[in-house]
Amino acid sequence: MSEMFVSGQSGIGRLIQALAERGHRVIGPIVRNEALVYDEIGGVEDLPRGWTDLQEPGRYRLEQRGDEKLFGYVVGPHSWKQYLNPPETVLWSGTISPEGFMTDPMPEPPKYAFFGVRPCELAAMQVLDTVYGSDNGTPAMAGRSAQREQTFIVAVNCVEPGGNCFCVSMDTGPTANSGYDISITEIVHHGNMRYLIESGTDAGAEVLAELAPLENASDDEVQTRDGLLAEAAASMGKTLDTEDLADLLKGNALNPRWESIADRCLACANCTLVCPTCFCNTVDDNLSLDGTHATRTRKWDSCFTLGFSYMHGRPMRESVGARYRQWITHKLATWIDQFGEMGCVGCGRCITWCPVGIDITAEAEAIRRGDLRDTQVRIGGFA
Amino acid sequence: METLTEPVVIDQMTPTPFRVRSAREELSHTFTLELEPPNGDFVFKPGQFVMIYAFGIGEVPISISSSPAREATILLTIRRTGAVTHALGRLKPGDFVGIRGPYGTPWPMEEAEGRDLLIIGGGIGLAPLRPAIYHAMENRDKYERVIVLYGTRTPDDILFQAQLERFSARTDVTSLVTVDAADRGWRGSVGVVTRLIGRVGFEPANTTAMVCGPEIMMTVTAERLMEGHSMAPENIYVTMERNMKCGIGVCGHCQFGPKFICTDGAVFPYTEVGELFDIKGV
Repeated sequence: MSEMFVSGQSGIGRLIQALAERGHRVIGPIVRNEALVYDEIGGVEDLPRGWTDLQEPGRYRLEQRGDEKLFGYVVGPHSWKQYLNPPETVLWSGTISPEGFMTDPMPEPPKYAFFGVRPCELAAMQVLDTVYGSDNGTPAMAGRSAQREQTFIVAVNCVEPGGNCFCVSMDTGPTANSGYDISITEIVHHGNMRYLIESGTDAGAEVLAELAPLENASDDEVQTRDGLLAEAAASMGKTLDTEDLADLLKGNALNPRWESIADRCLACANCTLVCPTCFCNTVDDNLSLDGTHATRTRKWDSCFTLGFSYMHGRPMRESVGARYRQWITHKLATWIDQFGEMGCVGCGRCITWCPVGIDITAEAEAIRRGDLRDTQVRIGGFA
Repeated sequence: METLTEPVVIDQMTPTPFRVRSAREELSHTFTLELEPPNGDFVFKPGQFVMIYAFGIGEVPISISSSPAREATILLTIRRTGAVTHALGRLKPGDFVGIRGPYGTPWPMEEAEGRDLLIIGGGIGLAPLRPAIYHAMENRDKYERVIVLYGTRTPDDILFQAQLERFSARTDVTSLVTVDAADRGWRGSVGVVTRLIGRVGFEPANTTAMVCGPEIMMTVTAERLMEGHSMAPENIYVTMERNMKCGIGVCGHCQFGPKFICTDGAVFPYTEVGELFDIKGV
């Protein structure tokens, strides 16, 4: 384990400043439109100090905590995929001439620093690294690969899991083990806000050295941190039993429950948009009026839309039940066949942002129990 | 021709311009484009496909229909079904298309050496099989019997008719055609393609079947070969089709159960996909 440093909130501000000075666009959590979203931050004052998020199936509310915590919440509707694989990306544009295509130069990808990445989100980035990995030396998405390499990552460990969190079940949290340059744990120690900071890479250590002088954390502070993280691991909002789950789902393709869930599912695609690992995309083509200049744009797509499976004049996945089955079976079962691991990291976003509160952990459990009918009618859980 | 400027970001989604050397109408809705690669030879295996891009309109997956031994150009046989294929159908010699690929798994030509080849096509499904047929004819001594069975809607819908007629005149290949419906002028077979299977001689234990057509035709054919002729499912190959946006396993559209049709297929042994045919909307 690397050296553990400690600072107050001023140290967090110095860290943000140091990353900006190194030429990074620093992206972190901010409050906007009554939700925590990711956008550019200029300093510690932009972070959601004193806010927390209440999450239940189909419900999301921000509340004031009554304290000074900078990281007293979990994840909102945004995920980092919107920076590494934006909702719309120009893949290619060019002009046609009698000699062929003249390709337009592409802009350089921005150099980001992601600030406040949760352990489940680190896992999600690694899941997508595998999806977009190249077998033949040519990257599937050159822009993302280049950007991923130059992105500096500051992780924040989760000491207070949210109502829909189940990272422990997916083995992705609440403590970050790899994939970060710097990791931070926020604790309250003798009534003071303290930030335990460690580096995970040489680049991270270099940045920490620039912040000097940082104090070394005391044994007592480290013990407090470890205790909080152990408590967090024991207080997940949800659990998902993954044992034999892949075979269970694959073996239940004809279970009538899928059509029963379809009675509730709106096929709105919210779950796939907020999911940090959902990667399906489509390509849109545009042609200038004179027919000489074309642009190909990649856009996020969703397996919940009817057009997703359209071929030869008809959709292959016509019923909503078939689409929900495709989504959950892909996440928790066939993703393993394709990429060697599950496509779910336990962040709970799909549960929170489902307008009718369909819960991936409850649906997997219902298939396990053999419940053929979906009897849940109540949306949300707040009294 | 080469691109005039190299793109700054080269990834697998960047198309290469190919010049159209010729375009010919095959059937009322089907045409074949002959394309010149910009840098000489285009190496592919029978059964592989390319993503072909109509400038500014869009991109579709199309199987290559020419011989893998043909070096200077490739042939793509395309049916007009949507905006992209209609745009491709309007191209003239000298025009450009974008090509990515080749992609996908090939027909098992090497594994099938020393065996009977039973090649069964339905409709436009003959096009992805044609490179396998060419390869077998060009390497005739490597295979035992070579049998081509083809079913299509009407006598007017017989793809590559002149070639099929030439095959049926040869003694080293068996070629039979059937149509779903015909008027009085048709002297050939009427009925589904599976009815031709019983009319040809092959040794089921030493046969590799390659089947391409509509899904229902492929399942019925595979079932007939397994139940009626005791063929092992691992010796029956089918080729699948789904909506595709990338061809390289990252757009997610072509998933068929655990399979990406673009990278795990499009040619599959029946053992890998047979059960999935029974699940509606898989």
